[in-house]
Amino acid sequence: MEVPKSFLGYKRENGRAGTRNHVIILPVDDISNACAEAVANNIKGTIALPHSYGRLQFGADLELHFRTMIGTGSNPNVAAVIVIGIEPKWTKRIVDGIAKTGKPVEGFHIERTGDIGTVMKASKKAQEFVMWASEKQREECPISDLWISVKCGESDTTSGLASNPTVGNLMDKLEPLGVHLCFGETSELTGAEKVCATRGATKEASDKFMKTWSAYNDFILKEATDDLSESQPTAGNIAGGLTTIEEKAFGNFQKIGNCKFVDVLEPAEEPKKGKGLYFMDTSSAAAECVTLQAAAGFNIHLFPTGQGNIVGNPIEPVIKLTANPLTVKSMGEHIDCDVSKILSREMNLSEAGDELIKTTLKVANGRLTCAEALGHREFVMTKLYRSA
Amino acid sequence: MSTDIIIHDKKDNVGVVVIEKITPKQDCKCWIMENDSSINIQSADEIPLGHKIAMIDLKEGDTILKYGHDIGKVVKAIKKGQHVHVHNVKTKKW
Repeated sequence: MEVPKSFLGYKRENGRAGTRNHVIILPVDDISNACAEAVANNIKGTIALPHSYGRLQFGADLELHFRTMIGTGSNPNVAAVIVIGIEPKWTKRIVDGIAKTGKPVEGFHIERTGDIGTVMKASKKAQEFVMWASEKQREECPISDLWISVKCGESDTTSGLASNPTVGNLMDKLEPLGVHLCFGETSELTGAEKVCATRGATKEASDKFMKTWSAYNDFILKEATDDLSESQPTAGNIAGGLTTIEEKAFGNFQKIGNCKFVDVLEPAEEPKKGKGLYFMDTSSAAAECVTLQAAAGFNIHLFPTGQGNIVGNPIEPVIKLTANPLTVKSMGEHIDCDVSKILSREMNLSEAGDELIKTTLKVANGRLTCAEALGHREFVMTKLYRSA
Repeated sequence: MSTDIIIHDKKDNVGVVVIEKITPKQDCKCWIMENDSSINIQSADEIPLGHKIAMIDLKEGDTILKYGHDIGKVVKAIKKGQHVHVHNVKTKKW
C-alpha cells in the first residue's frame, strides 16, 4: 500500500496542525472545576477538563503540573482556551505559557469575584472563542504534521503477538515520512531495558534512557517491600501464558518496530529534536500516560489492547486496536481497528499495519474514535509526590 | 491458511499457541512472522491458547528466546514439543 502523503487538519498559528478543533475550559486547580464545568455547560461545543490537583504543590511536582496544563492548552488539537483558577498568579502563568503558541487564550480568577461572576465573564469569552473556532476549515497538511503517541493496556498474549507489532509496523512505515512518534511506560519496559537502551539513536539518548529507567527502578526497590516478582507478570498474565517480566516487556516493546529513539523526554515535555521517535518517562497507567503525551503536543494516539481497555482523552483522539477476537466480539463498540485475523493467519503484519494506517488517517481527517463517540474524556494529572 | 502456533522471530526457540488448545502428539502448523514462513512440530503436551511450546530440546541453564530476545532461563530440562511456562522457566531479573 502506498501511504497517503497528506491528511486534512486544522492549521495553527505556530505552524503545527491539529486533528481536532476543540475549545477547552481549563481549570488551574481542583476547586475551579465547578466554574469550568458551568462555562462548558453554558457554551455548546466547548469542553471542560476537570482534574484533581493544582493546590499546594511544590518543586518538580508543581513544574510538572504547569507543564501539563500549558502543554494541554498548547496542543494543536485545541483552537482556543479559557483558563480558570482560584488565584490570579498561577492562572496568568498558564495563560502566558499557552499564549506563546499564538492561539486565543484568556484567563479568569475566582477570588474577589466568586463563581457566578466568573462563570458569566468566562462564558462570554468562551462563546466568542467557540464561534470563531467554528469557522476554521480543515486544510491539506503533510503527513509529517502527525504527532503519534502510543501506549498499550489490558495486555494479553495477543498484544505481544499481534496488536503491538501492528503498531510497530505502522511506525516503521511512517517514521521515514517525518512524523513525530512517542512511546512511554517506564515500568513496563523492565526486563527489556538493556535492549531498549540499545535502540537509542545516539549514545546520549541511550544513556539518558538508562538513567531514567534506573531512577525508576531505584524508586521501586526503595518503596517496595519485595521485588516485582509477585506483581509482574500478574496472575492474570501468567494464566494467559506470560511466564516472565522480560517476556511481558518485550511484548510491550514490539510497539516501536525497528525505530530508534532520538531523545528521552520528561513527563509532558515537548520534543525539541525534530522528527522521529521519542521515549517519554511515564507511568504505565493508561489515562496518566495519554494525558502526558497529549500535553507534549501529540495529536493522535494508538492504543493496542488485549482484554479491552476503554480509555479516551478529551483532546487527543485515542484509536483502539486489538487482535483478540473475543474482545472484538464482546466489546466491539470500543475497537476502531480489528487485527484479529493475524492470529488465524488471514492477515500478515504488513497488511495489519496498512489497516491501522488507514484507520489513523480516517481519524486524523475527522472520523470520531469509539472513545470519542462514547464520551471518554479521561484527563488525569501525574502527581510525583504529596502536596505541602 | 490457518496456523496453530505463531513464532515471532526466526531465532526464537519457543512458539505461542493461537488455537484454543493443542493436544499431545498433535501435528501443528507453525507460522514464523518475521519472514512469513511455515514449519511443523509435533506437540508432546496439552498446551492452552497463549501459552508457549518448545521448538527444540532445551537443557537446564539454556536461554529462552522470544521476539528474538532473552526472556528467561530454563530451570528444568524441556523436550521439543513440551509446554514452556513458570514450572520450567524463570526470570533472570531476580
